Amino acid sequence: MDLGFVPVRAKLIEVAAFLDRVERHAVADDFRCAALRSAAALLVDGKSERARRILESFSDPTTTPDQKSTGKAALGAWQKPADLVPVPAAVRPRGRR
Amino acid sequence: MRYIEPHGHMVSRTTDDYQAMVTAGCVAVCEPAFWAGFDRGSVEGFRDYYRQLTEYEPARAAKFLLPHFSWLCLNPKESEDLALARDVLAVIPEFLDRPNVLGIGEIGLNRNTRNEMTVLERHVELAVQHDQLILVHTPHLEDKLKGTNLILDLLGSHRGVKPERVIIDHVEEHTIQRVLDRGFWAGITLYPDSKSSPPRAVDMLEICGRERIWLNSACDWGVSDPLAVPKTALEMRRRGHSADFVDAVLYRNPHRFLSQCPKFRLGDSSAG
Repeated sequence: MDLGFVPVRAKLIEVAAFLDRVERHAVADDFRCAALRSAAALLVDGKSERARRILESFSDPTTTPDQKSTGKAALGAWQKPADLVPVPAAVRPRGRR
Repeated sequence: MRYIEPHGHMVSRTTDDYQAMVTAGCVAVCEPAFWAGFDRGSVEGFRDYYRQLTEYEPARAAKFLLPHFSWLCLNPKESEDLALARDVLAVIPEFLDRPNVLGIGEIGLNRNTRNEMTVLERHVELAVQHDQLILVHTPHLEDKLKGTNLILDLLGSHRGVKPERVIIDHVEEHTIQRVLDRGFWAGITLYPDSKSSPPRAVDMLEICGRERIWLNSACDWGVSDPLAVPKTALEMRRRGHSADFVDAVLYRNPHRFLSQCPKFRLGDSSAG
C-alpha cells in the first residue's frame, strides 16, 4: 500500500480529469469515452479480477477474421459495426507497434 | 543482476541505449523483424532489412560486448498484400542459417483480417518446415483478445507446431492464462502507455506463476523504454521477491526457451 497508493491515486485523478475534459470539449459521446465510463464502473462493482474484466470490456467480442482491415491502428475500444462512426484522419493514429 | 532482453528492435535505438542496457546487466538481446512505421515497397527492401538484422546490427551490438540474435518474418502490419508477402517469405530461407537467427518472428495478427490469417499460416508452415522456433505478436488494445484466440486456434490445429517451441508475446491479464493453458510460452511486454506496466507484470507473475513466462521491453521507434526489464526487477525486489526469483524470470526463463535453438549460446555454463 505504501508503494502503490500515491501513483495509483494520481492515475485515477487523471481518469477523472480526462472525463471532465472531454465533456468540456463536447466529445464525451465518442464511443471510446462511453467505453471508458463502462469500464470504470467495473472498478467499484465489488468483484475481483478487475484488470482482466476491464480489458475484456474494451475488447472485440466477435470470433471470426474480418474481411478487410479498417486501418493499421487499433483505437482502444471496440465499436459495433452498426455504430461505426469514422474517426477523422487527423486524429487517427498511424499505427501501434 | 543479469538479464536477457528477448524482444528489442535495436535498429531503432541509439548506441546510448546499448550502453545503458549493458550497464544494467543485459547479457543478450534478441531482435524480431518488425514494421518500419511505413510499408516497405519491395522484396529487395525486406532483403536489405534481413541483412541489417543478421549482419550490421550484430556487429553494432558487439561493440558493446552484447550478443545480438534475430528473428525473421514479414510483420503482420504488412500482410494485406498477399503477393508481396508470398515473395518476401520466399526470401527468408536464404537467411535462416545465419549464425544469429533464432527463428520466425514476430509473426501474428494486427487487425485480425483474413489476409493476416493467410500470411500467418504461411509463416507457421515455413517455421515447421525449417524446424524453427516461433515468436508470435498478438494484436493491440481491443483486438488482442480476439486475435489471441484466433492465433491459439490456428497454432493448435497445426500438427507440426510444438507449443513449447512457441512464445506468444504481449499477453495481458485477459490473455495470459489461456496462452499458458495451451502449453505455449507467454511474453509480457512492458510499455509506458499500453500493454503492461512493471507492477501489472509482477501481478501476473504472482497470479500465474513464473514458469514459461518472459518479460521484454519491445523497445523500438515509438514510446518505449529499453530499460523496462531491469526496472521491473526493482518492482519485484520492492515486493519482497528474492534475487533468485528475479534471475529466474529475467535470465533463466528466456535462456531456457531460446536455448532450444542451438545457435543461442552465451558462452556461460551457469544457466539453469
